[in-house]
Amino acid sequence: MTEQTLSTPGSARRRLLQINPVYVLLVALLVAIVLLNPAFMEPQGYMNYLKRAAALAILSGGALYVIVAGGFDLSVGAMMTLTVIGSSMLASNDPNSTYWIIPLMLGIGALVGLINGLVVSYLRVPSLIATLGMMITLTGVAFVWSGGAPRGYLPDTFRFFGRFNITGVPLVNIFPVAIICLVVFGLILWWGMHRTNLGRMIHAIGDNQRAARLAGVPVERVRITAFIVSSMSAVVAGVILGGRAGVSVDIGSGYELQAITAAVLGGAQLLGGRGSVPAAMAGALALEAIFTLLNLLGLPQPVRQVVQGLILIGAVALAMYRRKRTGR
Amino acid sequence: MSDTPVIEMRNISKSFPGVRALHDVSFSCARGEVHALVGENGAGKSTLIKILSGVYNPDSGTVLIDGKEQHFRHPQESLLAGISVIYQEFSLLPERTVAQNLFLGREPVRGGVIDGRAMEDETRRVLGLFGARHHIEPDTTVADLDVASQQLVEIAKAISLSSKVIVMDEPTAALNESECEVLFSLIDQLRAGGTTIIYITHRMREVTRLANRVTVIKDGEVAARFDHVPDPETIVRTMVGRDIADYYPPPGTPQERGNVVLGVRGGGNAFLRNIDFELRAGEITGFAGLQGAGRSALAMALFGAVPFTSGTVTLDGKGVRFTHPRDAIRAGIGVLPGDRKAEGLLLMQSVRDNGMVTARSFASFLASHRTNAHTDLAGMDKLFDRMEVRAPSYEQEMRVLSGGNQQKAIVARWLALKPKVLIFIEPTRGIDVNAKAGIYHLMRDLARSGAAVMMISSDLPEILGAADRIVVMREGRIAGEFPRGATEADIMLSATGEKHLAGEAA
Amino acid sequence: MTDTTLPAPRRSGFRFDRYASGFLLLASIVLYVGLVVVSGQTKYLSVDNLVSILGRSITLGITAIGQTFAILVASIDLSVASLISASAVVTSVVMNGEPSMMLPAILAVLALGAVVGLINGLVISKLEVNPLIATLGMSLIIQGVLSAFYNNFAGKVPVEFQIFAYGSVGIVPYSLIFMFVLAGLAWFVLRFTRFGSDIYSVGGNKDAARNAGIKTSGVIIGAHVVCSLCAAIAGLYLASRLRSGAPWIGAEGVYDLESIAVVVIGGTILAGGRGGIWGTMAGVIIFSLIDSIFNVIGMDAFVKQVVRGIIIVAAVAFYAVRSKRPVS
Repeated sequence: MTEQTLSTPGSARRRLLQINPVYVLLVALLVAIVLLNPAFMEPQGYMNYLKRAAALAILSGGALYVIVAGGFDLSVGAMMTLTVIGSSMLASNDPNSTYWIIPLMLGIGALVGLINGLVVSYLRVPSLIATLGMMITLTGVAFVWSGGAPRGYLPDTFRFFGRFNITGVPLVNIFPVAIICLVVFGLILWWGMHRTNLGRMIHAIGDNQRAARLAGVPVERVRITAFIVSSMSAVVAGVILGGRAGVSVDIGSGYELQAITAAVLGGAQLLGGRGSVPAAMAGALALEAIFTLLNLLGLPQPVRQVVQGLILIGAVALAMYRRKRTGR
Repeated sequence: MSDTPVIEMRNISKSFPGVRALHDVSFSCARGEVHALVGENGAGKSTLIKILSGVYNPDSGTVLIDGKEQHFRHPQESLLAGISVIYQEFSLLPERTVAQNLFLGREPVRGGVIDGRAMEDETRRVLGLFGARHHIEPDTTVADLDVASQQLVEIAKAISLSSKVIVMDEPTAALNESECEVLFSLIDQLRAGGTTIIYITHRMREVTRLANRVTVIKDGEVAARFDHVPDPETIVRTMVGRDIADYYPPPGTPQERGNVVLGVRGGGNAFLRNIDFELRAGEITGFAGLQGAGRSALAMALFGAVPFTSGTVTLDGKGVRFTHPRDAIRAGIGVLPGDRKAEGLLLMQSVRDNGMVTARSFASFLASHRTNAHTDLAGMDKLFDRMEVRAPSYEQEMRVLSGGNQQKAIVARWLALKPKVLIFIEPTRGIDVNAKAGIYHLMRDLARSGAAVMMISSDLPEILGAADRIVVMREGRIAGEFPRGATEADIMLSATGEKHLAGEAA
Repeated sequence: MTDTTLPAPRRSGFRFDRYASGFLLLASIVLYVGLVVVSGQTKYLSVDNLVSILGRSITLGITAIGQTFAILVASIDLSVASLISASAVVTSVVMNGEPSMMLPAILAVLALGAVVGLINGLVISKLEVNPLIATLGMSLIIQGVLSAFYNNFAGKVPVEFQIFAYGSVGIVPYSLIFMFVLAGLAWFVLRFTRFGSDIYSVGGNKDAARNAGIKTSGVIIGAHVVCSLCAAIAGLYLASRLRSGAPWIGAEGVYDLESIAVVVIGGTILAGGRGGIWGTMAGVIIFSLIDSIFNVIGMDAFVKQVVRGIIIVAAVAFYAVRSKRPVS
């Protein structure tokens, strides 16, 4: 990738400076957690942390597609809720139902993403409003479906992905299935964003939609695909979260902002053009580490929100400042 | 004229990432003079003015107003000091009325309430200066005015400020002959009243008609200063800084001229009417006209972005109909947009990604971004090398490149697809003079290799120098066609349609 | 506007967009009356009922007046819902049933609004943080702080203060009069003062406004202060109506999204610089009528939520497809 780079004396140092700060932040946070709670070094400790973070990390990787394309997807949290509620309603305690429920939910996710993309592309509704509307709609659908209070629960075959730990693994002893999901979907999302024409075109339309259109990029198709990836990754995240935490009516609420915060922490450019899947996932891990840290410090749950708000504003302000300093 | 200059700029330097815009420029104006500031596009005139008005801060150097040093940090401070600027890009608010625009940011207030009556009266008075033939009502919404009237409103805005110094940045770009005359006599009046005018232009006719003194800027430096207006040839020579003959590549030979590639008969849409013309392989066809004459609209219609709604288009003799840029690209048409930053560049993406984008757009979504049916990364690098795109690395973000190199990188985007027709809109806007010649030679090479090149430019000397044939547009129609060797006067006459207008008035 | 951008074809005569909100208002009135007549429930056509329809939209109306300022200046405020909750809680906690504490409580709430607006404005104009993110972050912070201290209805509003919501002149409630007076005031400011004129200028073209010597930051901050003050007043009203305040009442009313929706339905464009207060008021009335139509046909609460979400998106789309501006 860098064969064109001229080898100048300062280039090694510059490359060091080019390391995305989110990785430094993540390491620093993990060190802080270990200092406060040495038990975190045990496999039990960090495996559970990764298991907790898996849903958000996958969600962030998917939401990044829409962010890099220059939009927002605020419907992903509601999509997660709908996945959990809908699956529990459909499963009706039948362990064999999982095999058709998950594909069905992925299909619903794709449909939701398609609608989001169509509304934004062809009705020209700003993505924020379109997906907020979708969020209200999906939350309503989830309520109507469950009749206001969720009955039933998810069968173990469904909860396998979020809850099950493979035991007896050498070295670490336990290995949660959620982490396997994290790695697999992380790789898929990374490949799609950074190794395909689709990924480069998502960058292009987020950078300059008009220029991309005049250069021949099928802007609408690319944007719709980004929304579909985002919604489908929300379904995957919903399956994992539902498996870990069980059924509740507001299980996904707030995740849409956490995903955006994670992407911003990972250096994604809001309104498009720049972003990295691994960095966004690292941003999600960092956010989860911050939450863990706040717990360890004994701070009440709502402080999470305050911290998240400050991070969101701070990260964007910092990015703007850096951009201004390095020239337009 | 008093001894202290009204404006004195000393040793001004200013750089942007990748571009040295101004280097050690000194410039001064006396009271009651029209000082022409001339230079090619991208020479640094606009940057100098933006420093004067406080939009940019200089990296070094000082600005003195009436002999006192000033450090403007906000345009308001320069306005208060008596300097107003009519920018080339309009700064009108389309949704507001003429009067509201005239008083933008300085509405008269009486008892805490905006005095709408006073605004209308003053607006009527200033607009009255243009004469009855150019009547504009104060309560018209600006969006409802045509381009020329908008330009007049812009000028009225500066006049009503009764500033000591008015800067006019190519104020006639959208005006026809009679509107220009109105402006010129206004300038005469203002000068007689003691106002200093800094007049930016590259039209020699206007320099001769108006200026007391001339300063020529070239490559971000002062190339010459004249205390009297010399003959146009002298100015042009200093502006361009070399013999014109070397600057532009030689014209196409009859042998190089090939068949008609693209033809339009009776083309029209909301912006265009009854368009007839042909583009030939091996030929550079220049398109001249005033701002708003429909040249870009024509390009966008050919490209399918704003399609023709009537008429026929033929490509290689076959009838075609493009309703989307992708149709046009598939058929072999490419466009180099004029506003590169808004319509051409992916500034945050790498040089390679900017070059590859079109080829990738016609490949499968999930295929590798490294290679496709048209080219691959190594092939793109070779293309960049051949075109001498100067970049620290092709993985660098596009925004760090200079304008000329950015333009070449976008040309590479199209070359990878081997287009039959390539449309250049304002090909050298914002490109420094040294790189311009490179772009002209590139266009000629393309034509030689068999492409039909359509060149749309507002820079008349450039069209005269680089094109084999010149089509002039006016008010959405083709107004005339001239062979190579036509004079600036011929083209201007055709572009402004003076004879036509006079006939109508009679 | 150079030749490289397409010149707009000269628009002539009647412009549908400028009167669209009026048509929509008329259409919803016709729909409402028609429905009531067809279903034979003519009791819904009385003046009493009309007043009660309007009375249900006071919170939304007051919030939307402020939101109009934010959107006109080409910004947006997504923190209004949280601020409404916070103001309502502050109102009821500070008053705590004591009539003597009414004035201090009102002052405290107005101060809260001013501070939030000031911070929003500063972050957006000085730190150049995208307004969506800045106000979303602010929303998280307010909600987090609020939830850290309260998790249910807290404090009590004295009977004297409930007059704000329940008192009336004849059949016209004070609050309705108050809303229209506030709208009139806002109209006056926008139409006849320098500040109002600057709002349109900065919203229409920030660079042009700056070049004309307008201090754009000050105008943006001012608009946000107005917006937050209106949300704070809406919180006062809501506390008066509910007789107490709770940390979820703002979010429950979806006032952020709905205030944006009525502003847009009222013909104020999201890109800024065009629109006005009376359009917004028309939008508020349209929304109340739609609500009433739901009531007349007896729609399920959750289905109502879904339909509202769809209507909001459709309304924005209605305007967006007409504008030639690019989508994001």
